[in-house]
Amino acid sequence: MSNRIKKIKVGMASCGIAAGADELYKILEANGNGIPLEEVGCIGHCYAEPLIEVETDAGSIFYSVTDTKQATIDNIFNLGEASRFGISEIRAAKENVKITRLCGRISPTDIDEYIANGGYEALQKAQAMSSAEVIDEVKISGLRGRGGGGFPTGMKWGFMASKEADEKIIICNADEGDPGAFMDRSVMESVPHQLIEGMLIAAYATGSNKLFIYCRAEYPLAIKNLKIAIDQAYERKLNVINGKPLEIIIKEGAGAFVCGEETALIASLEGKRGMPRFRPPFPTDKGWNDFPSMINNVETFANVPVILAEGGAEYAKIGTEGSKGTKLFALAGDLENPGLIEVPMGITLAEIVFDIGGADRDSVKAVQTGGPSGGCIPVELFDTPVDYDSLKSLGAIMGSGGMIVIGQNRCMVETARYFLDFTHRESCGKCTFCRVGTKRMFETLERITAGAGEIADINFLEDMGTKVRSGSLCGLGQTAPNPVLATLCYFKDEYLSHIENRQCEALECPALVDVEIKQDKCIKCKLCIKNCPVNAVSDDFVIDNTLCTRCNSCIEVCPKDTIFRCKKGDGYYSG
Amino acid sequence: MSTDYSCLEQIDKNPGNLIKGLQTIQAEHSYIADEAIVATANYFSMAVVEVEGVVSFYAQFKRTQPGKFQICVCDGTACHIKGSTLMLDWISTELKIADGETDADGFFSLETAACLGCCSLAPVMSVNGKVFGNLDRKATLKILKEYRKK
Ligand SMILES: Cc1cc2nc3c(=O)[nH]c(=O)nc-3n(C[C@H](O)[C@H](O)[C@H](O)COP(=O)(O)O)c2cc1C
Ligand code: FES
Repeated sequence: MSNRIKKIKVGMASCGIAAGADELYKILEANGNGIPLEEVGCIGHCYAEPLIEVETDAGSIFYSVTDTKQATIDNIFNLGEASRFGISEIRAAKENVKITRLCGRISPTDIDEYIANGGYEALQKAQAMSSAEVIDEVKISGLRGRGGGGFPTGMKWGFMASKEADEKIIICNADEGDPGAFMDRSVMESVPHQLIEGMLIAAYATGSNKLFIYCRAEYPLAIKNLKIAIDQAYERKLNVINGKPLEIIIKEGAGAFVCGEETALIASLEGKRGMPRFRPPFPTDKGWNDFPSMINNVETFANVPVILAEGGAEYAKIGTEGSKGTKLFALAGDLENPGLIEVPMGITLAEIVFDIGGADRDSVKAVQTGGPSGGCIPVELFDTPVDYDSLKSLGAIMGSGGMIVIGQNRCMVETARYFLDFTHRESCGKCTFCRVGTKRMFETLERITAGAGEIADINFLEDMGTKVRSGSLCGLGQTAPNPVLATLCYFKDEYLSHIENRQCEALECPALVDVEIKQDKCIKCKLCIKNCPVNAVSDDFVIDNTLCTRCNSCIEVCPKDTIFRCKKGDGYYSG
Repeated sequence: MSTDYSCLEQIDKNPGNLIKGLQTIQAEHSYIADEAIVATANYFSMAVVEVEGVVSFYAQFKRTQPGKFQICVCDGTACHIKGSTLMLDWISTELKIADGETDADGFFSLETAACLGCCSLAPVMSVNGKVFGNLDRKATLKILKEYRKK
């Protein structure tokens, strides 16, 4: 056979490992007769995990290996046709993979491989320029902060460069607090050197001497890979800028969403409770231990080497008037192909959700952008281009890049309740409107979803939402009402149906649904009776909905799919 | 017998390292006992209330001893949309413990997290840090059964 296997790369980012990549790695190792294996990060096609890339003399072949049967493994070593994986043409045409070009393609912990692929060239190039020229290049690129705020990065760097102090601090915000987003995790796990390179360029441009990475503790693999990468950068003396070695310190967060806010993050870095404070003074004036400190997001830093390599003007060719470059999105929820995508700014939501995500056009109701600070956008508005300003005009935000597709079978009132449950618990408690207002809003939503809401509740939500927005110091409170106000704007009929008819059309809210067994199709196998935790199914297969907790256990075990949820009181058979 | 908190000694006494100190204790002892708070306060020369204030602020810190196997159900947005509430219900019913509790023999404890970063495999849960994805009821109960045998 002429087509020799040179190497097999196994996607071993968190998503791959969760899908079973580590077991697969061991099996490939045992069966491989010494073929070199390499652990790589994530190429973004998480729906196909575990994914491997078989490098041969004639190019690479990808396999999506969902089982470890001997035949499957043999098929891979024989370069068989089965379970081959290819990126769909339509996705390939819509994506523009620049920032994540090396994600999943190289070993995250092999600095030589990063360098062989052009890594750290941008840092060299930057150091051959003056620091003002580097900042100009970033300004020309039009890069805006990827952490959610969208502040022009070059301008921030300019402020920082103008400060005189004994110590100047650069902080990478790797807190990734949006529950349902994993762009930063993927970058840190897959190409930690790219983040470090971006930070070192920032340090050079702004004359900073200490670098922090504040990473959430839920990301152990990201922390591990970053530590290895930092040690390697030290070894090569890449951290020596203007003749002085800079320290890069990783600090682990401790599970508080508000610590993603920059002043709270600084308090947390100082070992204190993560309470935001009033700005000004801005961190670039008074930050960590009162030294000038500049905070950027992981993805923002990861863009920097690309900008320096190709030049700001070239970078700015992609995107829209006010939003340049490409953006990473973490696609999840009700769609065929969840994963990490990189698209040019200005692409429409429809292209992302349907063409790239493979969601079914008839079953999508909305998409949530910006997590708990964002809003939902109904499918009718999917022609909207994705950029900072367009999304804002719809009452949503770009946010950091979490994008959750919501299907027709999800209840929007329940979704709003979910987000308020999150924000009211995560409020640090400093501002009364945020602390108490979000709690009252949450309780109101609980009432509505429990079928005990009143029409006055809608006015209350709108009124309180506006007050919480204006009466809060930091972005958490200022944006917490967004999910409620957005759903009230686009899905008011769902609220009304919960309140006036005591019905949940999506059949999600437990208090407003019944469960019943379709008698004519039932094969009387008794699995539902055996699995019901509260004995709500009678011997003659009728569900007592006064006992039933709507846990769906019977629906999950029924081999004939004869058990289903229906609107409260609509059941034909059930009691 | 008093517990040994010498693991603190590898950390610089600067109060900026308080969170790191607490994380080190939790990594070693799996939770932060009252004694640990006093020991930490002494070590960093801080008031006990200051340490208590930081511990209670951050969700990561546990004040009671968790079980041998710590089950963490993700309730991030993606997992919530994909039915994490039901999953929590199934586990809770099976193990007869609620969110935040540990079972009587200290074997399993159950908690929720705001996102484990594997949203594309939603719904997910982790047991002692190992993440399992694409779970339905059958798969969830099977995982519990396998850990029971350990
Ligand atoms: C409640 C709250 C949570 C935030 N969480 C994050 C986060 O997890 N990651 C992040 O990069 N920025 C987060 N931000 C935004 C930061 O405050 C800050 O704007 C950002 O890190 C600046 O970096 P950038 O200009 O590169 O975007 C959050 C802001 C608020 C108000
Ligand atoms: S939402 Fe569950 S892993 Fe992110």
